[in-house]
Amino acid sequence: MGMEGIGARVARKEDKRFITGAGRYTDDMVVPGMKHAVFVRSPHAHADIKKIDVSDAQAMPGVVAVLTGKQLKADGIGNLICGWMIHSKDGSPMKMGAWSPLAVDRVRYVGDAVAIVIADTKGQARDAAEVVNVVYKERKAVTSAVEALKKGAPQLHPEAENNLIYDWEIGDAAATDAALKKAAHITKMHIVNNRLVPNAMEPRAALAHYDKAEDHYTCWTTSQNPHVARLVMSAFYNVAPENKLRVIAPDVGGGFGSKIFIYPEEVVCCWASKKAGVPVKWVADRTESFLCDAHGRDHVTEVQMAFDKDNKVIGLKVDTIANFGAYMSLFSSSVPTYLYATLLSGQYNIPAIHANVRAVYTNTAPVDAYRGAGRPEATFVLERTMETAAHELGVSPAELRRKNFITEFPHQTPVIMCYDAGNYAASLDAAMAAINYKGFEKRKAEAAKRGKLRGIGMSNYIEACGIAPSAAVGSLGAGVGLWESAEVRVNAVGTIEVLTGSHSHGQGHETTFAQLVTERFGVPIDSVSIVHGDTDKVQMGMGTYGSRSGAVGMSAIVKALDKVEAKAKKIAAHLLEADESDIVIENGALKVAGTDKNVPWFQMALAAYTAHNLPGGMEPGLKETAFYDPTNFTFPAGCYICEVEVDPDTGKTDIVAFVAADDFGNIINPMIVEGQVHGGIAQGVGQALLEGAHYDPSSGQLLTASYMDYCMPRADDLPSFQVSHQNTPCPGNPLGIKGCGEAGAIGSTPAVINAITNAIGTNDLEMPATPQRVWRALQTVGK
Amino acid sequence: MSEVSMTVNGRKVQALVEDRTLLVNFLRDNAELTGTHVGCDTSQCGACVVHVDGKAVKSCTMLAVQASGSTITTIEGVSGGADLHPVQAAFREHHGLQCGFCTPGMIMTAVDMIRRHPEGLDEATVRAELEGNICRCTGYHNIVKAILAASSEMAKGAKGKGRAKAA
Repeated sequence: MGMEGIGARVARKEDKRFITGAGRYTDDMVVPGMKHAVFVRSPHAHADIKKIDVSDAQAMPGVVAVLTGKQLKADGIGNLICGWMIHSKDGSPMKMGAWSPLAVDRVRYVGDAVAIVIADTKGQARDAAEVVNVVYKERKAVTSAVEALKKGAPQLHPEAENNLIYDWEIGDAAATDAALKKAAHITKMHIVNNRLVPNAMEPRAALAHYDKAEDHYTCWTTSQNPHVARLVMSAFYNVAPENKLRVIAPDVGGGFGSKIFIYPEEVVCCWASKKAGVPVKWVADRTESFLCDAHGRDHVTEVQMAFDKDNKVIGLKVDTIANFGAYMSLFSSSVPTYLYATLLSGQYNIPAIHANVRAVYTNTAPVDAYRGAGRPEATFVLERTMETAAHELGVSPAELRRKNFITEFPHQTPVIMCYDAGNYAASLDAAMAAINYKGFEKRKAEAAKRGKLRGIGMSNYIEACGIAPSAAVGSLGAGVGLWESAEVRVNAVGTIEVLTGSHSHGQGHETTFAQLVTERFGVPIDSVSIVHGDTDKVQMGMGTYGSRSGAVGMSAIVKALDKVEAKAKKIAAHLLEADESDIVIENGALKVAGTDKNVPWFQMALAAYTAHNLPGGMEPGLKETAFYDPTNFTFPAGCYICEVEVDPDTGKTDIVAFVAADDFGNIINPMIVEGQVHGGIAQGVGQALLEGAHYDPSSGQLLTASYMDYCMPRADDLPSFQVSHQNTPCPGNPLGIKGCGEAGAIGSTPAVINAITNAIGTNDLEMPATPQRVWRALQTVGK
Repeated sequence: MSEVSMTVNGRKVQALVEDRTLLVNFLRDNAELTGTHVGCDTSQCGACVVHVDGKAVKSCTMLAVQASGSTITTIEGVSGGADLHPVQAAFREHHGLQCGFCTPGMIMTAVDMIRRHPEGLDEATVRAELEGNICRCTGYHNIVKAILAASSEMAKGAKGKGRAKAA
């Protein structure tokens, strides 16, 4: 490895603009003549729209236009869709209710968009939005998925009887029931996975500019996948054909899944820009983000884990109810099915698994992928159950896990996934050594002297990343392929641009991807630029989510680099009058191996473009394209151990130590990978201790719609983390990468709850484990 | 409408603005300095922190008219003409940022924190003092590291200067 190549802790190329205030986010964009939009949103969780009167609003100062759903529909703008088909176990397709970008006759959650007001300033648009007169007739609302399934519950969509979107299953029910029947021990749990709000620090935004002369739209938007946004807006929402719509996702301030989806606002802004004849900018305020960004998690699960007399797991039965909110968001259907139930084998050799999942409409914000998407929910179910089983069986949680680890690869689970490589014991050992697991009892006794309850808990997660082989996801219902593309342009002076379909919104692609090129051609990292996020510059690509940019995005770059290298060597061989097979690339030059004959990289590039002296029949230029379709998912895995101290008087939990031992396969930039783990852990700890989206069950009002009410992890809620890697290279892609973006959020939550329940001596604890909840739980101990 | 005038990063900026205009909007829209960000509406997240007459202030909590006559430093001006302020350099060196959205506010808070603690900083103090700045990407781990490093780096620099003076 060189100073700037694979494995080096290269400081990020993109940082200069971020630390100097020169980042360019959507809200920083200004287009001449630009006006500002504010959405009129439903104050009710469920109501019929009887009348919308915009006349007062239109007369307000500065107002350019006030537009409603009726006009939008009249112009042929389509309903929002869910792009992953799931079939219920009876064979029927999922029941997708209509979601108009602006509600026409009914609203189904607080925040549902009803009209758009466009004015000279945001303040004026806000004032005018206040006087749009919408007459509602309220309906009864339901916010809990369990309640929504009950007889007599308010009904959201005529398409979905009893609010049931699908009733899906996976695995072998008969084999699992048989395992439960013959079990020596069954651990049963009722598990609630609390609803979260992703809360990227940059609120969502869109700036749409319709160019009448060209009949062309440009939309700057906070997207993790601008090409998918363009595709969906073209193919399904009738905004414009793809060649007439340019989507740009400039610097994006965090995504965590919430910026994958195509939301009503960008669709409406594009349409409104044409309708009103002005460029339209909308920027969410934070409360709007809370109300309208897709939320995450919100599962209720019954689980039974069956053990034989040797404490081997012989069966796992899971029944989950997933809250989908008021409408099916773009990839919502895949989250509690193929991203959740397929990971229920965890790191364990479980011969029989059956999972049943019911997806349910409620009068709440749509729910979709949030960092980890289904995998945190699966890990939480498994790792809470495994820990509980260890206590019930009176054995060490670490050793119960170890006894059940998968140790041979490839390993086919009963729930689709085929794990390709891993060493789960290595991560377990590393984590136990890092936290000094053996010394825990001593630390516990010492804490007791200070009046603190000390607890330790672990979690051994696995996830499926690198999403994913297109044919495989296609067969499971995905509406898109999940390959990635790359284009490598070597300029005439030898500098290099890599155009990628991946999108960076904090992940550091401009650095990591450049390291690949530096490693390959020995050129300085500053001579490599990464271009992304603009559908006019970059060919079709699939974007960034599911920890796929390394395993899939960089694999596409490798393929393009292979082609560049092959052509470069041909040119060099011709110039050096040598055999192509003798050419090696070293320190920025193409050399004849074993001699001092060489041609510098830039000279070879210049030769490619002057084309004065190229091998016979060779096209001029040096630019190659590749599309990479993965052959399998990748399977990052690891062990997280958390140690807490609980104050029995207040119920307050302090995380006193947290170790992460991960297997991410090969790593390009350890500094960036560690940063991903830190951030993921913070989100997982947030779920465990602090965060929870709460709707008032009768009114359907979101009670946690600001940072005053929704507790985000602050610096003083968290410790410094100890991270390490025990890598087994992924055999499925050219770089051996598994992916690291979601692991922290997947693995950490159960470790924290396992530690607290260990400390307080009762297992009955819901998330977030606030001081009040912990204190209340403590009052039940020994009673 | 009110006439507002202030010195921003050494430059006088003057405009007639709506009375309700917040300082952050004045900086972004009138001074055209978009490095200062708006991450919430409740003065919780700290993405909008700037220095008003030398003190860290959440610019979404202050009306532009209240800041009229003040001297403002934003992230664009914090290096004072140098390539980078030591805190900016430390954030890069220690990977104290990912998406970059909270970063300007973090850096402005950190600069003020270090100024207020000439005796030096420890991890607990840094974490407590970051209460008003939310980051969703980094888990704060490397932000804390960066601030501690910048603090000791700047202390060394100050000592060096002090010695030079004494000599």
